[in-house]
Amino acid sequence: MILPALFFYLFAGVCVASAFMVIAAKNPVHSVLYLILAFVNASGLFVLMGAEFLAMILIVVYVGAVAVLFLFVVMMLDVDFAELRQGVLQYLPVGVLVGVVFLAELLLVAGAWVIAPGMPQAISAPTPSTMTNTEALGRVLYTQYVYYFQAAGLVLLVAMIGAIVLTLRHNPKAKRQNISDQVARTKETAMEVVQVKSGQGI
Amino acid sequence: MSELLQDYLPLVIFIAIAMGLGLALLVAPFLVAYKSPDPEKLSAYECGFNAFDDARMKFDVRFYLVAILFIIFDLEVAFLFPWAIVYGHLGVYGFWSMMVFLGVLTIGFIYEWKKGALEWD
Amino acid sequence: MTFAELWTGYLWPLIVIVAESLLLLVLLLVSIAYVLLADRKIWAAVQMRRGPNVVGPFGLLQSFADLLKFVLKANKGVFLLAPLVTCTLALGAWAVIPVNAGWMIADINVGVLYIFAISSLMVYGIIMAGWASNSKYAFLSAVRSAAQMVSYEVSIGFVIICVLLCAGSLKLSVIVAAQDTRFGMFGWYWLPLLPMFVVFYVSALAETNRPPFDLVEAESELVAGFMVEYGSSPYMMFMLGEYVAIATMCAMGTILFLGGWLPPFQVAPFTWVPGVIWFVLKALFMFFLFAMAKAVVPRYRYDQLMRLGWKVFLPLSLAMVVIVAAVLQFGGLAPKG
Repeated sequence: MILPALFFYLFAGVCVASAFMVIAAKNPVHSVLYLILAFVNASGLFVLMGAEFLAMILIVVYVGAVAVLFLFVVMMLDVDFAELRQGVLQYLPVGVLVGVVFLAELLLVAGAWVIAPGMPQAISAPTPSTMTNTEALGRVLYTQYVYYFQAAGLVLLVAMIGAIVLTLRHNPKAKRQNISDQVARTKETAMEVVQVKSGQGI
Repeated sequence: MSELLQDYLPLVIFIAIAMGLGLALLVAPFLVAYKSPDPEKLSAYECGFNAFDDARMKFDVRFYLVAILFIIFDLEVAFLFPWAIVYGHLGVYGFWSMMVFLGVLTIGFIYEWKKGALEWD
Repeated sequence: MTFAELWTGYLWPLIVIVAESLLLLVLLLVSIAYVLLADRKIWAAVQMRRGPNVVGPFGLLQSFADLLKFVLKANKGVFLLAPLVTCTLALGAWAVIPVNAGWMIADINVGVLYIFAISSLMVYGIIMAGWASNSKYAFLSAVRSAAQMVSYEVSIGFVIICVLLCAGSLKLSVIVAAQDTRFGMFGWYWLPLLPMFVVFYVSALAETNRPPFDLVEAESELVAGFMVEYGSSPYMMFMLGEYVAIATMCAMGTILFLGGWLPPFQVAPFTWVPGVIWFVLKALFMFFLFAMAKAVVPRYRYDQLMRLGWKVFLPLSLAMVVIVAAVLQFGGLAPKG
C-alpha cells in the first residue's frame, strides 16, 4: 500500500538527515536535540514494522531518560566544545574505519552468514496475529530466555553501583535533616526547665 | 494497510492537528500584536542590573546521579511491562523469575541508600 | 481506482478522523479554560475570597479575556520550540484517552505506554525553555524541575505496573472494562489498590509541577521559574500545556483507578446516565482533589521532595508490585485474558 511506504520514506529520510545533523551541528545542545529527533523517527519505523512495544520503549528509555542525561551533560558541564571540535579531522580516518566495519557486518547479517542456522526463518516469520507483540515478548522473555533476562538485571546492578562509585562525593560540611530523629524527639529530650535566680544568668 | 497501522493513522493525524494548533497560537501574536520594541524588554530578568555572565553554569554532580539512577529504574519498569501483561500465563516460574530480577536490583537500591546517594544537601 | 472507492476507502475516514480530532481538541481547550477558572475559584473559596468575578457572569469569561490579552501583547529557535513541544505533547496524549466505550481517536495496543512515554517527554519543554532563556532563574528552575519530574516518573511507572497486573492489558479501554465487576464502584481499582491510588495522586501532583510541589516556580526564590523570560502567547502555551497535562493526569487517574466511563453501580438510575458524563464527573473529582491540594498544603522543600520520591514512594511502590503479584499468583486471581 502507498501510505505505509510514504511514511517509511518520511521517517527514514528525517532519521538519516537528523543523524547527519547530530555530527554536523555547531552547538552541542542542538546535536542532542537532533539525536532526539532521530530516536523519535526510529520509533516511527518500529511502528511501521509492527513492533509497537519496542517503539514505545525506545521513546520512554532513550528519549525520556538517556537523552535527558545527555542534555544535562552538554548543558551544564563546563566542557569547551569549540576546543573539542579542533581535532575533528584528525579522528576522521578512525571514524570512517569504524563505519566501514559496521557496514560490512550489517551486509554480512543481511547476506548469508548467520550464527544460528534457523535465524533467517525466525527473522522473516510473520508476527503472530492472535496476540499483541507485547504479549508475544512477555511469553518467552521470562521463561524461555530467563538467563538473558537475569543477565540484564546484573548489568543494571553493575551500572547502578558504577555510577555511585564514580560520581558520589559527600560534602563534609553539609547539614542534613534526619526526619526520624526529628520525629522521635519528646518533651523530655527536647527541653529542660531551669530555675533562674533574678539578677543572674544561666 | 494492516490492522495495526490503521490504529496508528488517527494518532498521527491527531498529533499533526495539535501541532498545527500550537503553531497557529505561536504565530498569531507576530501578526496581530501591537508592537513597541524596546531592548529592555528582551534583556534577561535580573534584580535591576545587567547579567554579569552566561547564565549556564556548572552544576552539582548530584543531578547527574539522579538522571543515571532514573535510567536504571526506568529500564526496570520497562522490563516489568510485558511481564505484567502476560502474568496470568507465566505461572509460578514467571513469578520467581521476576522476583530474582527485582531482588538483584533491590540489592543495588539498598547499596545506594546506605552509601547516601539518595541524600540531598 | 474510481473516485467512489477513493472516497469510501480514504477520504471519508480521513474526514471523520480530522473532525473527531478537532471536536476533541476544541472541547478539551474549552474545558481547560473552565478548569483554570475553577482552579482559581476553589483556591479563592478556601481562602474566603471571591476570585475572578468581573469578566462575564461570575467571571465565567475570565479565561477567554486572558487569551485575548496574551495574543494582543507583543527570538527564535529553541526558545520558541520549547512552548510548541510542551503544548503539542500535552495535547497529543489525548488521542488515546477513551472517554466512553469506543469513544477515542486511536485505540492502540500500547495505550498506557504511549501516555507514559508522553509524560516522560514533557520534561523537554522545560529543559529547552530553561536553557534557551539564558537567565539564571530559568536555568535553575529547569534543572530542579527535570530532576523532580524524573524522580516521580519511576513511582508512576510502578503504580501503572500494579494496575496492569490486575487488568492484563496495555489497552486503556480494556483496563476500564476489567474494572466492570459485580461489586460496582467497590470493584474499581481505587479500593483494592488504595495505597497505589494515593501514591499515584501525589506523584501526579509532582509530575505536573502542581502545588505543593511547584518548586519550579517558587515565586520567592525563582520568580516565575523557567517561564520568566516568556511573554505573550508562548507563555500562554506553557500554561495551556501545564493544564492539559493536569487534565491528562486526572483522566489517567479516572481510567486506572476510578473505572473510567463505568457507572458506580450497574442498576437502573445509574445506567441511564451516558458513560461520558460519568467520565467527566470522575475526572472533575480528580481535579478537585488537585485544586484542594494547592489551597491547603504548604510548599515542600527541595530535599524533602527528593526524599519523598526516592526513599518513600519508590520502595513503597516496588513492594506493592511484589505484594500484588504474590496475591494474584497464590490467590489464583491472575487474569488469564
